[in-house]
Amino acid sequence: MVNTVSFVFHAHQPYRLRHYRVFDIGNNHYYFDEEKNKNILHKVRDKCYLPTNQILLDLLKTVKDFKIAFSITGVLLEQFENYAPEVLESFKQLASTGKVEFLAETYYHSLASLYSFNEFQEQVELHKELIKELFHQKPKVFRNTELIYNNHIASQIASMGFKTIMIEGVDRFLGWRSPNYVYKAKNVDVKLLLKNYRLSDDIAFRFGQKSWVGYPLTADKYSDWISSSIGEHVILYMDYETFGEHQWADTGIFEFLKVLPFELKQRSINFATPSQIAKKQPVDELDINQTISWADTERDTSAWTGNDMQRQALQELYAMESAVKACNDETLLKHWRLLQLSDHFYYMCTKWFADGDVHKYFNPYNTPYEGFIAFMNALNDLALRVRKKLLEEIVKQQALNVSKLSKNSSIESFNMQSQTFQNFALQTSLITENPGSLAAEMLSLVKTFSSKRFSSNAKQD
Amino acid sequence: MKVLMLGWEFPPAYSGGLGIACQGLAKGLTSLGVEVTIIIPTAPEEFENPYAKVIIADKYDNIKIARIPSLLTPYASFHSYKVRYERYMASKIRNNVVLYGKTLLEEVQLFKHRVLALYYNNLLPEFDVIHAHDWMTFPAAVALKNASKKPLIVHIHSTEHDRSGGLGYNPKVFELEKLGVEKSDKVIAVSNYTKSLIMKMYNIPSNKVCVVHNAFEMPYTDVKVEKHHKVVLFLGRLTLHKGPDYFIRAAKIVLQYVPDARFIVAGTGEMEPYLIELAASLGIAGKVLFTGFLKGADVARAYKMADVYVLPSVSEPFGITPLEALSLETPVIISKQSGVSEVLNHVIKVDFWDVEKLAQSIIAILKYKALHNTLKKHGCLEARSFNWVKPAEKLLHVYNQVLGGLNG
Repeated sequence: MVNTVSFVFHAHQPYRLRHYRVFDIGNNHYYFDEEKNKNILHKVRDKCYLPTNQILLDLLKTVKDFKIAFSITGVLLEQFENYAPEVLESFKQLASTGKVEFLAETYYHSLASLYSFNEFQEQVELHKELIKELFHQKPKVFRNTELIYNNHIASQIASMGFKTIMIEGVDRFLGWRSPNYVYKAKNVDVKLLLKNYRLSDDIAFRFGQKSWVGYPLTADKYSDWISSSIGEHVILYMDYETFGEHQWADTGIFEFLKVLPFELKQRSINFATPSQIAKKQPVDELDINQTISWADTERDTSAWTGNDMQRQALQELYAMESAVKACNDETLLKHWRLLQLSDHFYYMCTKWFADGDVHKYFNPYNTPYEGFIAFMNALNDLALRVRKKLLEEIVKQQALNVSKLSKNSSIESFNMQSQTFQNFALQTSLITENPGSLAAEMLSLVKTFSSKRFSSNAKQD
Repeated sequence: MKVLMLGWEFPPAYSGGLGIACQGLAKGLTSLGVEVTIIIPTAPEEFENPYAKVIIADKYDNIKIARIPSLLTPYASFHSYKVRYERYMASKIRNNVVLYGKTLLEEVQLFKHRVLALYYNNLLPEFDVIHAHDWMTFPAAVALKNASKKPLIVHIHSTEHDRSGGLGYNPKVFELEKLGVEKSDKVIAVSNYTKSLIMKMYNIPSNKVCVVHNAFEMPYTDVKVEKHHKVVLFLGRLTLHKGPDYFIRAAKIVLQYVPDARFIVAGTGEMEPYLIELAASLGIAGKVLFTGFLKGADVARAYKMADVYVLPSVSEPFGITPLEALSLETPVIISKQSGVSEVLNHVIKVDFWDVEKLAQSIIAILKYKALHNTLKKHGCLEARSFNWVKPAEKLLHVYNQVLGGLNG
């Protein structure tokens, strides 16, 4: 029977795009709806973050061995800093109890693990640094965006130095096995912590559902379910916004949370953070050769990559990586990364669109089509900016090189140098439909510049 | 269940969408075991229709009709009649037949007398309910209800608001539409949009109006076209209420971003000269092509040729054309002021007056291949799921309701 429970709360708020129009491309670069993002953050602060943090703080102080874990995205922590520093303070207070663990993840709540190992690694590193800076902890357990996972991601995570990853307990890979044990990844020394989705979703999705057979869910009843489960431990992983935002205060969710640890203690259930659970020995290996996630009933990645629009948007976005990074421009990099939020692609999902369920609830657009249009317009504008910046950089470089050439260097050596830059341009294989055109454009700029240079040299002679 | 419908046209003797909708409903009802009889005012000759027994009222002119001299005066600037008169002229050429009388209002009164005469001469089959389509049949329907004491359902396929483009109603038509709505036991509206118009115009309660969305059938599915440009299509009558001027104004903006696009305006109507001038004055005349009136397979070809079909109606009770376009795998942009937007998810919806949003949606579809593909794929599936059984089931429910209400 289960004797340990681990609570993991995932907090995130997207940077929603405004209805960025095709007419805005090249004219302004305000992709994000600052006002809306701020207002929503304030709403969730009042309904969820502050009251729930207070309840948890009280519990951590009164229940001796009570522990919890948070997985908070970098973009949310950033929004706290900008719009609601008091929330950040209250999280720091929680951290200072020493009974709160913070998990590692991608800073930008991105799908980078599926598209670019480099970018994936950089974002995990950025997030790690931020957690260290804010909460003075070095995260030991990794959790990928949307609990996206496959064997390959395990290897990538291992190469970043992690030994544990939290994933969804997907039935089709578990088969007869229970999620309530530690497992091991295929071919690599990484432990897998599995979310128990039934017990997690009882709170996250079904708590206030009057048509549900388990309604009303009391802490008493729920603790019985946990203590009578088969296995060693139960990992409860859910959106932190469950408390007060997805499940409103009038459902009794806060009262439930307040007494749950006491009810669990009465049944001799202990609390552990994910890294404590990871100390256990794995009972078996899980070979996950398809990509899984925690979304919808399919628990695959179709919520973000299921249709042509999503695939085109993602493909074009990640194709820009080398070009964006070659710019050495903080703002461009930041905007590119903010466009990586998985939320943008979720809004383009057509799967459940007609049925109007959870996808619609979270969608700031009326239709997936409007979401796609706004995104692609913004991406096109970013591509223009990157292109312009890159050209400037290259011309600047060239100018520097040409100025280094001595008066007597031959036009041949100059042309050779030009060729080098042309090759570089081709390698950066830009966003444009025709990467060669950028190279040509550069070459002509370089030629114009050099002809001026050589003619002025000639005059001096 | 036996229903007696009063209609204005019925395939194959029809000139517009009303006849097609009536036939579709009859087809659906027949499949549910309902016996459908429909009386129409006139037709070139007697004909059979697989879905309903058709009675052509003017084929019984040997019956003595007590003609009361009409007090209605011919209405000179009577717009909707004018449109029908134009169609009549067209149909006269096509069928060598006269469909309508001197004025539409006279025809409407004449129909009433003929229907009553049919009833009193026992020339109508037995029926349980009367189901009347649009205002032209309402005087006949109300008279028949009074004579037979059978329940009456009036079906609004378009309101005077739609026909006038919201620019002032014809008082006589308004009066007749009102008469039907008030004297009926139940009103059927083709959309929630139409329902709310009816409630506002005639001040009737919500629970008297039941919404039954139309369905459609596309006869042509396999057409081949060749094209060399991106094509944006408008197809419909060139009247105020279809919003073709918004289409031209959007074209002006789109062409700044997609200069090689072509805009096709298919249809005829009173606004045609104005629209041609508008395109010229905006400097885009060379890229806006007017095709005139299209029919049959040419309509299908136009849809097929288009990269996007646009219906920017100012006021559209339902709107079949977006469904036709979608069923031929052409993405659609429709105005929120159209009834069909209530039953379609995989289309882009804009306010008819929001030319900028319309233009930007067109640009996005032309520019982003994946958007075009996704709209096409999902939209086509959605459109092809429509059939006439669903609306017929709702109608049958309403029939049972009014009968139960009268008997109990």
